[in-house]
Amino acid sequence: MPVTDSAVSVRNVSKSYGQVEALRDLSLEFPRGQLTSLLGPSGCGKTTLLKIIAGLLPASSGTIEVGGKAVVGPGPDRAFVFQDFALLPWASVIRNVAFGLELRGVARSEREAKAEKYIREVGLAGFEKSFPHELSGGMRQRVGLARALSVDAQVLLLDEPFSAVDEQTRRKFQEDLIALVQNENKTFIFVTHSIEEAVYVSDQIAILLPRPSRVHEIIRPSISRAQGLGSIRRDPEYLDIVDEIWASLRSYVE
Amino acid sequence: MDRYQSHRSLLLKLLSAVLVFGAWEVAGRIPVSYAFPTFLESMAALARMTFDGTIFVAYAETLKPLLIGIVISAIVGIGMGLWIGLNLKSEWLFSPIFVVMQAAPLAALIPILVMIYGIGLTSKVFVVCIMAMPVIVLNTSGAVRNTPASLTQMATSFLAKDRDILLKVIIPAASPIIFSGLRLGVSAGFIGAILSELKITPTGVGDIITYSRSIADYESMYAAIFSIILLAVLFLNLLEKLESYLFEGNDRGYVSD
Repeated sequence: MPVTDSAVSVRNVSKSYGQVEALRDLSLEFPRGQLTSLLGPSGCGKTTLLKIIAGLLPASSGTIEVGGKAVVGPGPDRAFVFQDFALLPWASVIRNVAFGLELRGVARSEREAKAEKYIREVGLAGFEKSFPHELSGGMRQRVGLARALSVDAQVLLLDEPFSAVDEQTRRKFQEDLIALVQNENKTFIFVTHSIEEAVYVSDQIAILLPRPSRVHEIIRPSISRAQGLGSIRRDPEYLDIVDEIWASLRSYVE
Repeated sequence: MDRYQSHRSLLLKLLSAVLVFGAWEVAGRIPVSYAFPTFLESMAALARMTFDGTIFVAYAETLKPLLIGIVISAIVGIGMGLWIGLNLKSEWLFSPIFVVMQAAPLAALIPILVMIYGIGLTSKVFVVCIMAMPVIVLNTSGAVRNTPASLTQMATSFLAKDRDILLKVIIPAASPIIFSGLRLGVSAGFIGAILSELKITPTGVGDIITYSRSIADYESMYAAIFSIILLAVLFLNLLEKLESYLFEGNDRGYVSD
C-alpha cells in the first residue's frame, strides 16, 4: 500500500511525570485511512501516547496535529475506545451508544436513529434496551465500538480494546476490525501488546521501546489479504514479521 | 425480576413476618414479663388509637421535626457531600465535623441543644439532622470520590462539559451509595425524632410511649413503637421506589422489601 498523507502527526513529543520520563522526543506519522498499531512491552508508554493524541493528557513538549490542526484537548475529530469499555452501567445499550452524541447536544430522536444504525452494524441488534451488566465482555466492547463510530470522528483511538475479551471473541473482533478499516474511511490508531494481533490487523506497526519511550522501528506488513483473512496467519511474511518483532522486543521483557 | 421470583420473595417476606409476630405472640403469652403484651393485644391497642384518632394527632406532632429534619439533611447532606467529594480542600475543612457528628453520643449533646435552642421544634429538628446528616454526607462524598476514572475520562474524550460530567456521570455513578446513605440517614432520623420526643419534651408518639408506660398501659406503648417502625419501613420502601424510578439501571435485582 502506498504511503498517503498523514491524518495524525506526532512531532517531538515528550512526556514526564515528575522525575519519570515516559516519552522522549517521539515523532510518528499516521497515514490517513489506515490502521497503525502501537506495539511494545508493558510500560513503554503506548497508552500514554494514545491519551496524549486523544487530548486526555497534555504533552510536556512537542506538538500533535490531527487533520492539520494542533491538538489542545479532546475534539470531535477523534473518538476513543477504552480497554475497560467505560460503559455507563445505569444506561441501556442505546443510551450508551448515543452518549457521545448526547454530549454534543444532538436531539434524542436523531441520536437514537444513528445509534440504532451502529448497533446493527456491530451486530448487537435486539440488545438496544439491555443494560451492560447483562452483556458478555465481547458484547460490551461492541457497544464501546459503536459509541466511538456513532460520533463519526475521522480518527479512532483504540486502547487495547480486545485485551479484556476471550480469545475466540478476540479473533472475530480482529477480522471485523480489518473489514471496518476497509469499509470506513477512517484512520485507526490501535494500542496492543500482542505481536500476532498487531501483525494481523495493521497496515503499519510502530514498535516502541521503553524507559523512556521512543519509536524503535516502523514496519509496514505487505501481507496480501486477497486470499481471505484465514490465510494471513499462514503467510510466510506474517510469520517472519512476528519473529522479527519478537527478536527485537525480547531483551526488554523480563 | 421475573414473576416466579417476585412471587416467592413476597411469600418469604410474609413467612418472616408471621415468624416474628408469632414469636412475639408466644413471648407475650408466656409471659416473658408483665410489661410485655402479646402481639394481638398490641394490635388491638393500635386499632383503638387509630379509630379514636389519637395516633393521627400524635403523628401530626412527630412528623413535623422528622420531615423537616430529613428534608434538610437530604438536601444539605447531598449538597455538602458533592462539594466535599469534588473538592479536596473542602474535605479537609468539613469532613472531620461530620465524622465527629457521626461518632458523638447524641443523648449527651441534647442538653446543650436545649440550652441553646430551647425545648421547641428547632431543637428537635436539630436532633433529627445530627442523626441523619453525617451518614448522608459521608456516603455521598465517598461515592463521588470513587467515581470510576475511566467513566469521567470517557465523558471528557466525548467532549463532555464539566456540568455534563457532574450530572450525567458522577451523580448517577454515585447514586447507589448516595441512596444507601439516604436510607441509613432516614432510619437514623426516625431514631432522632423519637429520641428528641423522649429526651426534650414528650409530644406526639414519644408522648404516647412515655405516658402509656407511666400508667402501665403497655399495649399502647408497644402499639406506638410498632407504628413508628412500620412507618419507617414504608418510608424506606418509598425511597427505594424513588431510586429505581430515577436511576433505572441501578436495579440489579437486589432485594426490595
